Amino acid sequence: MPGFEFKAPTTLDEALTLFAQQGTVRALAGGSDVIDQLKTGRRHADLVVDIKRIPELQRLELADDGLHIGAARCCTDVHHHSAVRLKYAGLADACGLIGSVQIQNRAAVGGNVCNAAPSADTTPALLAHDARAIVASRKGRRDIPLTDFFAGPGQTVLQKGEILQEIVLPIPSANSASAYLRFIPRNEMDIAVAGVGSYIEIDPESRVVRKARIALASVAPTPVRAHAAEAVLEGRQIDERLIAEAGDAAVQAATPITDVRGSAEYRRELVKVLTRRTLNICLDRISVPQNGRGHS
Amino acid sequence: MAKIPVTFTVNGEQQELLVEPNWTLLEMLRDRLRLTGTKEGCSNGNCGACTVLIDGRTACSCLVLAGEADQREVTTVEGLADHGHLTPVQDAFIKDGALQCGFCTPGFLISTTALLRTNPDPSEHDIRLNLAGNLCRCTGYDKIVRAVQNSAAQLRGE
Repeated sequence: MPGFEFKAPTTLDEALTLFAQQGTVRALAGGSDVIDQLKTGRRHADLVVDIKRIPELQRLELADDGLHIGAARCCTDVHHHSAVRLKYAGLADACGLIGSVQIQNRAAVGGNVCNAAPSADTTPALLAHDARAIVASRKGRRDIPLTDFFAGPGQTVLQKGEILQEIVLPIPSANSASAYLRFIPRNEMDIAVAGVGSYIEIDPESRVVRKARIALASVAPTPVRAHAAEAVLEGRQIDERLIAEAGDAAVQAATPITDVRGSAEYRRELVKVLTRRTLNICLDRISVPQNGRGHS
Repeated sequence: MAKIPVTFTVNGEQQELLVEPNWTLLEMLRDRLRLTGTKEGCSNGNCGACTVLIDGRTACSCLVLAGEADQREVTTVEGLADHGHLTPVQDAFIKDGALQCGFCTPGFLISTTALLRTNPDPSEHDIRLNLAGNLCRCTGYDKIVRAVQNSAAQLRGE
């Protein structure tokens, strides 16, 4: 592997001073992306900063203002967190299917976001939950809606000296649920051909959708929201026909490429199917709020 | 680049080393400590041959920098047996013939050991899912699954 310096600060202040240094300074959380990229020369670093020893970056807590996930917190911890399973089930889904157990034990949700792969599994679930990125630098904090965080494949809006401190997800309303599904040709250990994260909130009496969020992975240069599908759902009574209509509308947000994982046409079809399936899982989770699978 | 100090516990024994900052944990274990039971396969986190325990959790040591191991507790395949007595997991892999070339076996033993600590009675589905990060190109996995089931039963006292 090409040479670099290595530091493991234990305070955020110390880390922010390191990130302000000249040269390319890279944050290391789980390392499953960045170490491989350094080995293969796809990313370069003069200094690698292990951020896992900084308490704020390991925060995982349901507070009054929402769920806080420190940038270095690993997928295994998020997957098993009781409040995540109860209120943010789509995120629990995503954290439980990334890579292998070995990868989930290391890979951080924040790292998955900052790596900015269009196929990142946690991002659709985070977008479906209206997540915000809290970015820190020596100059202060920025609070960025996650929808505005991605600049292109592998690119974020983070500037020199800035790091992701945490991701904050607002507390979901009653009678809501989320779900994430991806399609891969194997059972596990693969990159999404397409992925869909959905969140819906319904009126329990009328079954009218009060709020809907649909986000897509692997079908555009960045993760994207499917606004047209959300508009189809909101304000209308949910049933199989509406879900099918939402699936068709979700395809409007997909601008996929054809590559080794699948053709553009196949990916558009997957968006339709996965949107329907995630919405049905959401409905099941709303109606059966037990075993941490949904909530009321 | 200046070398960095790493103090960590390997298989119960404390080690203090000076290593290159761009070394992986795998390199530190194999090339400095001569713990060559941990294998290098793909070197990118897909094959699991380099799986070790860090503070009790599995990780691919090829995707861990040496400096990250500072103050951590690492267990390699050499640390599983107790004074030369193989663990039930190791015994079962031998008895059930759950290996052919053996290159993947250290990783499977570590992952199986971690799995059975948290899930003493895994279903076949649980086993295949939890060992998905360990690739074997010889056995076709059936004998590995059987060895895991048999060692789990033995550990449960059945």
